[in-house]
Amino acid sequence: MAIKTYREAITEALMIEMDRDERVIIMGEDVAGGAGGSSGVRDNQSGIFGTYPQFHARYGENRFIDTPISEAAIVGAAAGAALAGLRPVVEIMFADFIGYCLDQIMNQAAKFRYMFGGTSRTPMVLRTAYGAGLSAAAQHSQAIYPIITHIPGIKVAVPSKPADVKGLMLTAIRDDDPVVFFDHKALFGVQGEVPEGDTAIPFGKGMRYREGKDATVVAIGRMVHFSEAVVDKLAKEGGITCDVIDPRTTSPLDEDIILASVQKTGRLIIVDESPPRCSVAGDISAMVAMKGFEFLDAPIQMVTSAHSPVPFAPNLERAYLPSGAKIEEAIRKSVDF
Amino acid sequence: MQLSREQLLKAYRQMKTIREFEDRLHEEIPKGLIPGFTHLYSGQEAIAVGVCENLNDSDAITSTHRGHGHCIAKGCDVKGMMAEIYGRATGLCGGKGGSMHIADLSKGMLGANGIVGGGPPLAMGASIAFRNRGKGEVAVALAGDGSCNSGPVFEAMNMAVMMSLPVIFVFENNGYSEQTAPAYAVGAGKTDMVRRAEGFGMPASKADGTDFFAVYEMTREAVERARTGGGPTALEFTCLRYFGHFEGDAQKYRAKGEVEMARETMDCLKNFRKRVTDAKLLENAEMDQVDAEVLKLIDEAVAEAIAAPFPPDSDVTKNVYINY
Ligand SMILES: Cc1ncc(C[n+]2csc(CCOP(=O)(O)OP(=O)(O)O)c2C)c(N)n1
Ligand SMILES: [Mg+2]
Repeated sequence: MAIKTYREAITEALMIEMDRDERVIIMGEDVAGGAGGSSGVRDNQSGIFGTYPQFHARYGENRFIDTPISEAAIVGAAAGAALAGLRPVVEIMFADFIGYCLDQIMNQAAKFRYMFGGTSRTPMVLRTAYGAGLSAAAQHSQAIYPIITHIPGIKVAVPSKPADVKGLMLTAIRDDDPVVFFDHKALFGVQGEVPEGDTAIPFGKGMRYREGKDATVVAIGRMVHFSEAVVDKLAKEGGITCDVIDPRTTSPLDEDIILASVQKTGRLIIVDESPPRCSVAGDISAMVAMKGFEFLDAPIQMVTSAHSPVPFAPNLERAYLPSGAKIEEAIRKSVDF
Repeated sequence: MQLSREQLLKAYRQMKTIREFEDRLHEEIPKGLIPGFTHLYSGQEAIAVGVCENLNDSDAITSTHRGHGHCIAKGCDVKGMMAEIYGRATGLCGGKGGSMHIADLSKGMLGANGIVGGGPPLAMGASIAFRNRGKGEVAVALAGDGSCNSGPVFEAMNMAVMMSLPVIFVFENNGYSEQTAPAYAVGAGKTDMVRRAEGFGMPASKADGTDFFAVYEMTREAVERARTGGGPTALEFTCLRYFGHFEGDAQKYRAKGEVEMARETMDCLKNFRKRVTDAKLLENAEMDQVDAEVLKLIDEAVAEAIAAPFPPDSDVTKNVYINY
């Protein structure tokens, strides 16, 4: 299997769908490298995160659209275009900017199918980059997928691996419901095996990335990589082995894979980059407490970011985020209980 | 010409400080000690200074992601700014904010802002406080050409007209929003910021943003109107940014020579020097003296920032309400 970056895997999925289905269009700020610049060069940076190489040349102005800085209208346009028969993919560069277009997600796209009595479909994907670790500070670093996961009517993908981002993106574009698709901005360069061709991965199906017997570590997005490193270290040191489970989508959530693992290990640690209150970590904890109480041999541990905005100074940002040390401590606390 | 020698020399010092601050960051950033994303203001100095020389500490400004120039022009401490950009405890925000979030409320600087279009509604809100206080204070929103396509900016302009508020919307048209030119994004060039603002029912005008005197004069009129109950104004100032959108931008959207041409023919500092020496208002020697002082200040600011401690890790949960 070919080794590719997370970024290349996104591009591959977008190209498969753009090539296959005329109804798929892409819109966003500077996706086509901006327009009207004095050099006249388009496609100059393949989008801010380099995911659209030569897309303007390949798909043209009608299907690959540079927009003004107008987040509310961009996402509203996607919802409207979806109602009118297109399958738009729109980019909101940083997830923090969802603040400007939350209405279009929450009150518009999320509601149509239900509110219109099942008479409509809203096949759109909102792609956005989230997460801390680059000292991008309080307004460019947030992990806000729990806010969106909370909204009935929206599906939410938060992948961690190149193969998953490809497979989930294919599914997201083909899905008739609106999908918000979160990519951690520190993952674009991560490499991994990516299968060729049409490799759609269903939503609501998690993946077990490490197998063990002592504890279950459920991790979201970039935290999968953090957790794997800790779990590998513990296994190497001998003594503790853990399952590492990546739900891959937070809505729908694969409850079965989590419950089955907890049934086996009796211990659950959840590693989630967002702050703790009303988080995916809290949601999974509640689900396991309700449906897997009898499996648990120890209290559930949550490793999350601090309940604070994301600080700028690198040492503060490290202290804010989950870390290998904090994950290890939580695993040991659970195992030693 | 209403400016005194002292005022002119101060304006020159402010513009020069911004230029050297930014040019020095351009050199320092590749060394790897400055975290995060940094957007430099070089080339736009006459706008920040031309606007802010009309304001007092009790007047407020809001700013953008490209905020260093606005901060300096509004009187923020240069060393405190530099330390903030290096993420140190001695920074103006204790290392919590960084380049995109420098603020100093005591100077009426309500914050650089990472959200495009975030500032104008805040400035409009500040001007409600000023109107109600009745002391003639004004708020100025400094915003980019890109921000004029953001809905909240339109909403703020309408509310300002509706309440006849003492607020000024300044659009710095520096040729690009990231990689996109206003000729595309602002109504495909069929309109501009001035005509849009007029559509909201406020006076609006446009000037060369590399000409300190033009910016100063146009802002003076708007401030006067706002202070005396005449309501909001919108101003568009044209310029070109000298560096990339952020440090690290490959800038392939720009024609070769565009910046060199601007530096040659429309540099605000060069133009200022020529104007004031031609008119015999200031002498080259006194400005050379300012240059030397500014360079020394920037050298010290960088050295002190690098020597300063990082904030303690426990600061992560300081200044945020937590009840669990
Ligand atoms: C709401 C929002 N959308 C997008 C961005 C990403 N972004 C940062 S700066 C920028 C361009 C801003 O252009 P302009 O207003 O002209 O300011 P300039 O960079 O030229 O100073 C964009 C799109 C953002 N920070 N906030
Ligand atoms: Mg601009």
